[in-house]
Amino acid sequence: MPEKKLQIALYWGAACGGCDVAVLDTNEFVIGVGFLVDIRLWPIAADGKYRDVEAMADGELDCTLFHGAIRNSENEHLAKLLRRKSKVLVALGSCAHLGGIPGLANQVTKQEILERVYLDNPSIEAGNRVVPLPSTRVDAGELEIPRFYRRVYRLDDVVPVDYYVPGCPPAPEQVKAALQALVNGTLPPARSVIGASNRTVCDDCRRRKEEKKVTRFHRPWEILQDPDRCLMEQGILCAGSATRSGCGVRCPDSGMPCRGCYGPAPNVIDQGAKFVSAVSSIVDSKDPREIERILGDIPDILGYAYRFGLPASLLQRSIR
Amino acid sequence: MGFEPRIVGFLCNWCSYTGADLAGTARIHYAPNVRVIRVMCSARVDPTFVVKALAEGADGVLICGCHPGDCHYSEGNYKAMRRFPLLGRLLRDYGIEEDRVRLEWVSASEGKRFAEIVDDMTERVRRLGPSRVKTLLEADRVER
Ligand code: SF4
Ligand code: FES
Repeated sequence: MPEKKLQIALYWGAACGGCDVAVLDTNEFVIGVGFLVDIRLWPIAADGKYRDVEAMADGELDCTLFHGAIRNSENEHLAKLLRRKSKVLVALGSCAHLGGIPGLANQVTKQEILERVYLDNPSIEAGNRVVPLPSTRVDAGELEIPRFYRRVYRLDDVVPVDYYVPGCPPAPEQVKAALQALVNGTLPPARSVIGASNRTVCDDCRRRKEEKKVTRFHRPWEILQDPDRCLMEQGILCAGSATRSGCGVRCPDSGMPCRGCYGPAPNVIDQGAKFVSAVSSIVDSKDPREIERILGDIPDILGYAYRFGLPASLLQRSIR
Repeated sequence: MGFEPRIVGFLCNWCSYTGADLAGTARIHYAPNVRVIRVMCSARVDPTFVVKALAEGADGVLICGCHPGDCHYSEGNYKAMRRFPLLGRLLRDYGIEEDRVRLEWVSASEGKRFAEIVDDMTERVRRLGPSRVKTLLEADRVER
């Protein structure tokens, strides 16, 4: 008799859908997975209703791959529901792992976001400037939409998470490795980062590393770069030194700096603080005014330092 | 009761800590608001220490090292000098006021200078009022 198929769910919170694409990018593997597992919920690719999940017994699902951050009450509700129904909960991708790109919204208030999106946006016609309310009375009764929270959370902030697969999106080979470990029952101890390495991106980067002394920072398109030399040495901000490896160093290999999507390197508590430390340390000057000028070339340091993980930083959000 | 700022001070072992010590042995009166942590060099102060102190409820953070050129490890304080402006901008983006975090050079013989810096910083932070960082983080917490 064949063994019972694994029961799994894939779900998205506040996300762009790129993680779903990363799962699909495992190509024939994901098709093969269909023979090994039953996919009970996967909004982007398969049918399945919330009420079907609610009807499941607790722990009935072997695993949920949850991607996306927690931005509203629906995200939180589903996170809690799927946590209850799943033996193993995996935070897949930067948003679930660290808050991700949506987490950058923690720099502004809920009020500012609603005003920008529904009132001040130039593409909205004058008669249509309406902020949707969580509940509205219509003839047929009360209509409800999810409540929009005042900040973004990572999955771990609302439910205990068993594994984290980093990346924006995770490299398909890493998604495949994680799925394989699940199917084969070879997952490491709970609460660990899987589908990644214990080195930094710099450790794995193939570019030549020499002395780092910088007197000007540039945006990537402003200079003709040496394709073989460390980008930081050329004055291009690269988050490789503060970031966990496992991505395959795809960005520095393609002429673009590391943006830090795999999250803090092992033993790094706050990725942005470490990034600030790394960037400052290569400034080649001992004169306070000149240092200010050199570092002044860098726009939006908070956005750069925590591009994928503001909600996971020690301070988590701006004070407004 | 008035607000008494809690300021975390990172003082380098070789100059600034000795300077603070001198302020004590010379019986200079100054604000008791800085909790001193001795570090070997101002370069030891990882920006993480500063954000961690603020996240845990410090109203201010003071970093002191040897004067430029005098660092016991010759270049350490230049590293602190380079980190500080970018860290400051990061904190400002977080909405944390400039006066809450400060970098100063204090030599082993500058007990009086140390006392003046502490008094001045304490007054500035007092005027800003208590830091809201920790309260807001706690108010944000979700029941898991
Ligand atoms: S800083 Fe960027 S380009 Fe330089 S070694 Fe690290 S990952 Fe490679
Ligand atoms: S030892 Fe004092 S700053 Fe380095």
